[in-house]
Amino acid sequence: MGNHSDGSPSHSGTVATAGQNEVEKFQDPGIPPHRLRLADTDPKAAKRAERQVALLFGISVVGTLIFLVAYFAIDLGGADSTIANIRLQNMLLGLGTAFAMLGIGTGIVHWAKALMPDHEVSEERHAIRYEEDRQAAVRIVDDIVEETGIKRRPLIRNTLLGAVALAPLPAVAIFGDLGPRPDNKLSHTMWAPAEGKLKRLARDPDGTPIKASDVTIGSAFHVIPEGLNELHEGKLNEKAKAVVLLMRLDPESLNPSAGREDWGYNGIVAYSKICTHVGCPVALYEQQTHHLLCPCHQSTFDLTQECKVIFGPASRPLPQLPIAVDDEGYLVATSDFKEPVGPSYWERDMHERSINS
Amino acid sequence: MSAASTAEPAFVAKTKTGRVTDFVDARVGGSGILREFGRKVFPDHWSFMFGEVALYSFVILLLSGTFLTFFFDPSMAETHYDGSYVPLKGVEMSVAYSSSLDISFDVRGGLFMRQVHHWAALLFVASIAVHMLRVFFTGAFRRPREMNWVVGSVLLILAMAAGFTGYSLPDDLLSGNGLRIIDGVIKSIPIVGTYISFFLFGGEFPGTAIIGRLYMLHILLVPALILLMIVLHLFMVVVHKHTQYPGPGRNDNNVVGYPLGPVYAAKAGGFFFIVFGVLALMAGFFTINPIWNYGPYDPSPVSAGTQPDWYIGFVDGALRLMPGVIGDFHFEYVIFGYTLTLNVLLPALVPAGILFTVMFMYPWIERWITKDDREHHVLDRPRNAPTRTAIGMAGFVWYCVMWAAAGSDLIATHFGVSLNDVTYWLRALFFIGPIIAFIVTKRVALALQRKDREIALHGRETGRIVRLPHGEFIEVHAPLDEYKRYKLVGFESPNVLPAVPNEHGVVTRKEKRRAFLSKWFFEDRVAPATPAELEAAHGHGHAAVEAPEAAKSLSH
Repeated sequence: MGNHSDGSPSHSGTVATAGQNEVEKFQDPGIPPHRLRLADTDPKAAKRAERQVALLFGISVVGTLIFLVAYFAIDLGGADSTIANIRLQNMLLGLGTAFAMLGIGTGIVHWAKALMPDHEVSEERHAIRYEEDRQAAVRIVDDIVEETGIKRRPLIRNTLLGAVALAPLPAVAIFGDLGPRPDNKLSHTMWAPAEGKLKRLARDPDGTPIKASDVTIGSAFHVIPEGLNELHEGKLNEKAKAVVLLMRLDPESLNPSAGREDWGYNGIVAYSKICTHVGCPVALYEQQTHHLLCPCHQSTFDLTQECKVIFGPASRPLPQLPIAVDDEGYLVATSDFKEPVGPSYWERDMHERSINS
Repeated sequence: MSAASTAEPAFVAKTKTGRVTDFVDARVGGSGILREFGRKVFPDHWSFMFGEVALYSFVILLLSGTFLTFFFDPSMAETHYDGSYVPLKGVEMSVAYSSSLDISFDVRGGLFMRQVHHWAALLFVASIAVHMLRVFFTGAFRRPREMNWVVGSVLLILAMAAGFTGYSLPDDLLSGNGLRIIDGVIKSIPIVGTYISFFLFGGEFPGTAIIGRLYMLHILLVPALILLMIVLHLFMVVVHKHTQYPGPGRNDNNVVGYPLGPVYAAKAGGFFFIVFGVLALMAGFFTINPIWNYGPYDPSPVSAGTQPDWYIGFVDGALRLMPGVIGDFHFEYVIFGYTLTLNVLLPALVPAGILFTVMFMYPWIERWITKDDREHHVLDRPRNAPTRTAIGMAGFVWYCVMWAAAGSDLIATHFGVSLNDVTYWLRALFFIGPIIAFIVTKRVALALQRKDREIALHGRETGRIVRLPHGEFIEVHAPLDEYKRYKLVGFESPNVLPAVPNEHGVVTRKEKRRAFLSKWFFEDRVAPATPAELEAAHGHGHAAVEAPEAAKSLSH
């Protein structure tokens, strides 16, 4: 072990080395002598500093005036109010406040530094506690504990502990109505056919249905289920689960696995837009590589491998929505997703199994 | 209270302010407090201002936040925007977002207050963080201030909580995506995650309850806790008195500085106005969180290059760095029929957990290793505690790697490099960055210590080259005056403490571990220069060439 006690690689024999831990030390020379400032010795300098402080306070007054003028002279409600007006007002309010505050602040600090006494003084530290107090405190605590008799009566102590341990439970339970039980709400979306009618795929956000013939090779659509916009309650909740990305590729480049051959139509496939990582919308589609990228955490999914994860923190492919074409040529979802969409949760696998059973 | 009962004539204040003071004192009895604090000495150093910045930003947050509550409506009910911002006219949105837009465009000074509030919040967390770095690197957390270090750490967490709850309130697209991420992280918690998510959001994400709930936390619960912690923090500062940097005349038994009244009070009070002024400048000139550009929250769109506020960045970065799949191994798997999603759970909890656990425990860890249970009121210069400084830098670099990862996409687009490569590099740095930082910092600290010794023993380089009669050229070194020298030599350099047997004569395994860590802590040490060494150095011969008078004049 290298004990470089003297800090230099080359020893001279005269240097004290470690081991003699209590080698003599330099004496503390005490607080350095006070040096007078210009303002302490030269009355003119003091007068000058005084004027500077007053000037800074004066600047503060100007700042306050700027603020008031900007506040009252610029009208936001008027017909000609524009973003530029707001920006100007915001700037002037900031400038006014800054002058008002910095004027006072720098003025006071300058006053303190240039004119107030700057003698450093030394003050003794007092012990945080005194031996007498400490002993008294310990004795008092002991006496209190003794007088309660809690040590001699374990029955009281134990029942009290039990009661106190249980008492907070209602305080936890009372929050039970903060939300409903999750049940299996996360396992289905609006895409499930209602009353035997398959849901059409509609454009996000206007809700017009999409014809298969509208989808050219290389194009991508942001999709919501038909009827979403007409919902009055829970629209965002449904949208947060149901949004879908629709893309058309050369059918040759898709490699559907067994059982999924008929989930697309003529190279058109639909995948959940909600990232399986923590739920951001997977909004970026790279046409050339057929990759889907989540802008939040850069999970990358490969469309040609059924949206398998090829990069980033997601661990699970995006769920695919089985689609087909109805009599009028519109794209429809033949069923709900075959697995829960969005970020994983504890009961996810259970839900997936119950969907598929 | 009255002095009339004593034989001496009653004390009568002579000045007007004196009479006012006396009037108040006679009614509230504050003279004892004033006597104790009026001239209390505070040490002065620029690095002591970070805590003040934090305190003042908090005051500004309370002031600007109160203004905002008068106009903000935390309702998630649907409405159609009808304010003066034309691009969003008629757009369906929540009342919360609409009222945030009204604050920005239809309340005079509202935008300014929003910007002051947001900038102050960013500064609040930043100043707490920098203040804690100062406390850590100077060893100010040592006895008797361990508890105050813990209170400060709690304040850091509360400040982040306050920031995050506030960030989400405008219900714009960006903050909505932030909530979406939080929801995803919560859902990854085993067993109870789904329930917590449903309870927090009042049902499925996003629901209609979350903004109101966060609002209550943001304006009541969290600020109240922060206030309580600040009171505790300052109370302990008063009890302990402030630490001071080492130097001539300063030791563990005194406080050297300026009296509270008037100098310190004036400087600290004036500083409040300066902080306010700088925040006002920032609010006036630099746009922060332009919610009108993002639009209302909608689960479908998201813009590229989204960033959380800076203090959440390290968690977001950790989420980005974690690979979901390595080769064929998926970090999400099914265990007893339930889904365990480690690719979210690990990065969200583990790095932050390690950082905060080590942070909370560090004072006790170091005390155990060094067996140093004395009171310390004089700070360490970071170089004089090389291992601690290196540990701190390792943690800091680790944090910064994660923080940088939160901007991996921006790094990639800015520098025109591959996003995947940025991520791979950051993944590597996540592991080796702290190690490199530790080694480099320790070496730098030791080198600086050696440099200090060199200067203390041989004086500073003057840049004056002198040719000696026999032809040799030397550079003249000017010796230091005793005050400057004391600053370089007046520190403790603890030595390795080998394992010692306990009262039963046994060297426990724990004690062995402690001894091992002690060796790791102190085996590379540079002892302060001693007077004997100074004597010896002067014997070397440089001193002979220095004309004593000239040297004195150089050393002022």
